[in-house]
Amino acid sequence: MGEETSPGARRERARLVSNEPGSNRRSRYWSVLRTVAWRNLHAVIRAPALLLPPLVFPLFFYMAFAGGLSTVGSLPGFDYYNYDAFQFVFVLLQSAAFGGVFIGFSIGADFDSGFTRRLMLAARDRSAVIAGYGVAGLVRAALVWVVVFGIALATGMKVGGDGIELGGLVGLAVVVNVAAFFFAAGVMTRLRTLQAAPAMQLPLFMILMTAPIYVPRNLLEGWISSVAKVNPMTAIVEAGRSLMAGDPFHVLLAFAAAAGMAALLLVFAWRGLRKAEAAG
Amino acid sequence: MASATTPALRTQARYLAWRSVVRTMRQPIVIVPPLVFPLFLLAINASGLSAATNIPGFPDTSYLAFALAFPFIQGAIFATNTAGANVAEDIGNGFFNRLALTPMSGPSLLAGQLTGVLLIGTLQAVAFLAAGLAAGATIEAGVLGALVLFALSLAIAAAFGAIGLFAGLRTGSSEAVQGLFPLMFILLFLSSATLPRDLISSDWFRTVATINPVSYLIEGLRSLIIIGWDPEALALGFGVAAAIFVIALWAATLALRERLVRT
Repeated sequence: MGEETSPGARRERARLVSNEPGSNRRSRYWSVLRTVAWRNLHAVIRAPALLLPPLVFPLFFYMAFAGGLSTVGSLPGFDYYNYDAFQFVFVLLQSAAFGGVFIGFSIGADFDSGFTRRLMLAARDRSAVIAGYGVAGLVRAALVWVVVFGIALATGMKVGGDGIELGGLVGLAVVVNVAAFFFAAGVMTRLRTLQAAPAMQLPLFMILMTAPIYVPRNLLEGWISSVAKVNPMTAIVEAGRSLMAGDPFHVLLAFAAAAGMAALLLVFAWRGLRKAEAAG
Repeated sequence: MASATTPALRTQARYLAWRSVVRTMRQPIVIVPPLVFPLFLLAINASGLSAATNIPGFPDTSYLAFALAFPFIQGAIFATNTAGANVAEDIGNGFFNRLALTPMSGPSLLAGQLTGVLLIGTLQAVAFLAAGLAAGATIEAGVLGALVLFALSLAIAAAFGAIGLFAGLRTGSSEAVQGLFPLMFILLFLSSATLPRDLISSDWFRTVATINPVSYLIEGLRSLIIIGWDPEALALGFGVAAAIFVIALWAATLALRERLVRT
């Protein structure tokens, strides 16, 4: 891989790729993407315990926040219709973000075992390898959302929005998942070891926890009120809650914030991939 | 003859304790996260949940003071991991096998391993209390209360450390010990950590928090900070910590015996 990063090798590679018919290139790309995604999903089918951490954590946070803090929903100034739903939206978006990061663990583990390097040697367009991990991460996150949503409904959560608004909420979660995945991929392609997992988790944890988690922004006090104002996750969480309540508010802003983060992190992941290729 | 050449229990424990302390101090990754993460969560909760002080019946105190007990328990949970992972590593790299060839006694090994945990526990207690006081919290029980707070937090760290020892000795796997972390974290969140039990409106959560021993550890610590001297809360706090410690240490002793037979 290393020798291909010389300018001559890159030109030759670009010439070969450009001479290949477009449909053939696309078909190869999808083939690699599907293979990597299926490999990751198959691992979960063979060892369902792998799904436990991404499933248990959102459920546990939902129980702990919605159950333990439900009295907070009766505070003066707390104008959301249901505290369970208020917390559910945060937990959904949190699981979306961590779903993107959990697949980063797989990338790190595959780097540790040397498997990712072999995959990259075999693939013509190596971004297909990373995209395959991303698709697997999204499918795994969607499974978690179905379970968490089912349990929240079964335990009495009220839904204020209609199907389209819920679709918007799920759309937001998808964009957050993709953005978090790009971040995880960017970190893992640079550091190329599972031991770098905290470098993925900590920044994400900080951006999530400094959004309005427990109460709406108007009830926040102190430093977190100032941080929440400039945290892009605030717009996403608030728009998600408004969609859940059936009263959409700043939804475009939220999608723009999430898509903007995803675009920036795509560049981060892309450059990480180039670094991984250069490292060989 | 053997007894003449076997070092006294205290000497054995001292050597192993020194090893445990040096090993802990050489690993910043073992010291820094248990200090930083709990303080970060305290900062978020104290600010993000300060509106909770407006709930009728909430103690007449700031949310910072109310939540100050939280990092002590969170830090103790890290102690579980440290103790367990160290033992598992000793088993994995063969140190245990070599120890088994010496006249080392089981109790001195356990005492030695716990010393590193208590060192981290002391650093944590100082850091958390200093951060809380610097941020404006006060200790209602005064200076003597602060000393009792230290004593209770060390008792809690020892109790959780003993759980870690048991897990490490039983499984011999660092990964299995790491798996305990989420479970302990769940115990912390399903307790009266964020609201007083009588203000939890969800019946099932209040029931879980009432049977969860972590609630009594938190309430014991918290009583010194926001109430003053509350003999019942303190007795429950020290009692639960002692019970966890005794049970976990007993289980760890059995696991150690079994481990030494296996080796």
